[in-house]
Amino acid sequence: MIALTAEPLALEPLIAAVRDDAHGAIVTFLGVTRATSNGDPRPVAALDYEAYPAMAQAELEAIAEEARQRFGPLRIAMLHRTGRVALGEPSVAIAVGTPHRPQAFAACAFAIDALKARVEIWKNECYADGASAWQPNAEAAP
Amino acid sequence: MEVRVLAFARLRELFGFGERRVACANGATLEDLWRDLARDDTEVAALRASTRFARNGALATATTVLADGDEVAFLPPVGGG
Repeated sequence: MIALTAEPLALEPLIAAVRDDAHGAIVTFLGVTRATSNGDPRPVAALDYEAYPAMAQAELEAIAEEARQRFGPLRIAMLHRTGRVALGEPSVAIAVGTPHRPQAFAACAFAIDALKARVEIWKNECYADGASAWQPNAEAAP
Repeated sequence: MEVRVLAFARLRELFGFGERRVACANGATLEDLWRDLARDDTEVAALRASTRFARNGALATATTVLADGDEVAFLPPVGGG
């Protein structure tokens, strides 16, 4: 389960997707929209995500494969929202299952860090006063 | 020849389209196409250094020569997560 989706995110389907009788650990990550951006006092009402679907999907799958090579054996699920995500709602969900917990924690951290640096998704911060601004990640590749 | 151009985020707003067919000269590079679209827009020019180019779904250098029917994408710094 690796995809972009315009639907609200929940962790349960990702947990179910990575469950495996050989695995003793499942680590999950949920990224949710925050009330303010780094160094910007303006209250955020929502985030609006757009993606280049073909490249974003390929990059998500490449990250999953890299996670497998570095930390596997593992099962990984990654979903990222497109469209408008209200304050406090999840924009990204990741689940990783491994035989033992250190690999699950490490692979989950690797996956979200790589996603923020590499995947062709863009975020428009919509402020409570009606203004908006495209905000790149600090980790974005130059 | 003609290519299909995709622009995202702030570049989509500045170019005024998310997807458009654009005619370009035989032998034109990605950089040539960027310059044609940017014209003399100073905000677009300021974004050049942080923009990555893609051709047919893969990152490509600015000197890549375009072919008829290519899909070109201009990619601002990403903001997912």
